[in-house]
Amino acid sequence: MKQAVSSKSVISAKKLNLIFKTNDGAVHALKDIDLEVEEGDFVSFIGPSGCGKTTFLRVVAELEKPSDGEITVNGKTPKIARKDRDYGYVFQAPALLQWRSISQNISLPLEIMGYSKNEQKERVEKNIDLVGLSGFEKKFPWQLSGGMQQRASIARALAFDADLLLMDEPFGALDEIVRDHLNEQLLELWKKTKKTICFVTHSIPEAVYLSTKIVVMSPRPGRITDIIHSDLPLKRPLNIRESQKFLEIAQRVRRGLRESHLEN
Amino acid sequence: MLFAIKNKVIPVLAVVSAIGFIWYGFTIFLNSPWQIQNYEKSSVEWSFVDLAKDTMAHERPILPAPHQILSEIWQTTVKKKVTSKRSLIYHSWVTLSSTLMGFFMGTLMGITLAIFIVENKAMDKSLMPWIITSQTIPILAIAPMIIVVLNAVGLSGLLPKAMISAYLSFFPITVGMVKGLRSPDPILIDLMKTYSSSRTKLFFSLRLPSSVSFLFTSMKIAIAISLVGAIVGELPTGAVAGLGARLLTGSYYGQTIQIWSALISAATLAALLVISVNIISQLTFKIMGMQR
Repeated sequence: MKQAVSSKSVISAKKLNLIFKTNDGAVHALKDIDLEVEEGDFVSFIGPSGCGKTTFLRVVAELEKPSDGEITVNGKTPKIARKDRDYGYVFQAPALLQWRSISQNISLPLEIMGYSKNEQKERVEKNIDLVGLSGFEKKFPWQLSGGMQQRASIARALAFDADLLLMDEPFGALDEIVRDHLNEQLLELWKKTKKTICFVTHSIPEAVYLSTKIVVMSPRPGRITDIIHSDLPLKRPLNIRESQKFLEIAQRVRRGLRESHLEN
Repeated sequence: MLFAIKNKVIPVLAVVSAIGFIWYGFTIFLNSPWQIQNYEKSSVEWSFVDLAKDTMAHERPILPAPHQILSEIWQTTVKKKVTSKRSLIYHSWVTLSSTLMGFFMGTLMGITLAIFIVENKAMDKSLMPWIITSQTIPILAIAPMIIVVLNAVGLSGLLPKAMISAYLSFFPITVGMVKGLRSPDPILIDLMKTYSSSRTKLFFSLRLPSSVSFLFTSMKIAIAISLVGAIVGELPTGAVAGLGARLLTGSYYGQTIQIWSALISAATLAALLVISVNIISQLTFKIMGMQR
């Protein structure tokens, strides 16, 4: 166990429940979720479809409201955290506005939050550079590849410098090679910015490669079956995925997923 | 260039010549009973060539030949002063001015209604049935009423006609805009929500730009029916001026050539209007970076 002295809680969920009422009856999307995410953590949520990993992220972002239980974000209710713009959210799709150039897309949150023109320009430049899209500022989304579009959407989420980054399967639609590359870059970025990241994924290697903490989830009802603290070194070249330690953690994740699968 | 000729000019020419061919056939066919009667009355020998020639030279034919219409259009546009009451350009301008005025009023009204419907739940529930009902009333029935009522309150001339155009054209704009303003992907609405965006900013940054392509599609329909509205609006005003007036006086006096030339002018005008809207929409998309 880590010492509680140095770490500050960013997300804290206690007995969190969410039940969707649909025409076919109630769906228990989240059941008794207990989770602590601490400052600087890179937490991956992994599990099959319908396990509630995306729903949990949406509850943190106040895009869904829990039916029961407690959740705080930076010690506040999700609603206040949203109003305070405490987090940046990266969706499954790049979700760029087609009529805006890349730099205009990245400055969208800054415009909405009322940053000055100079500040907007400065931050857009800085974040375009950070995600390696320099030279593409004036391009429109459709002129970029899928991977580049997703990088632009990450730059947009970083633009207003929230300390918490919520990423919902951001690389799910990309091919393996682009994905590896973006994973590396994301790790670099996390180390550089010291942000707290919550990352939803389907991929075991991706989860193990990126995370300090892996949350294994299971569907019907959506619940947490295992929380794994990864003790991989912070410096992670891509070939760390062939190391013994990496494979051990991956195996534990796989076991967790399989057990929950057999229960159903 | 050659490609453009092959792909655009040739197909158009083929269709035009086919229509011309069929048209000439019908001209001879429809005008021949009267012509043959005439031949028999004055007991002259006639051949098919005579018949063809003569059926295309009637002053008030049942169906005028294309060249008769073209020559009438030539006579009443190029050969007449623009200020003359017999100039088609003068009449077209009268119709065009009320078309454009009605179109702008209709577009403005259509957009305003769409915004109310999208932004206000009560409006959404209450307004739409009325808007749909408004379009089920035949315009020919309500147009004279609008003219008469507005005349009674001292409004005459351009405005009443423009209002009939507006009455017709606001509908496609409203329907298209409502769809357009609601078209943003839910993911984009969520995105704006994570920025804790105000409703106004959500509207101007997301909803409005998303609706632009819908708006232009609606505008193409709206401007064409605006012209129809303007022509219909000219009929009950006593046929003073405008393409509608030309149609009406033409039918009073059996001047079929005049009717057809007014019809062709109206069709040309409609085509030009739709093309103009199209050009504006292309330019807008280019500025918005949405052309591919």
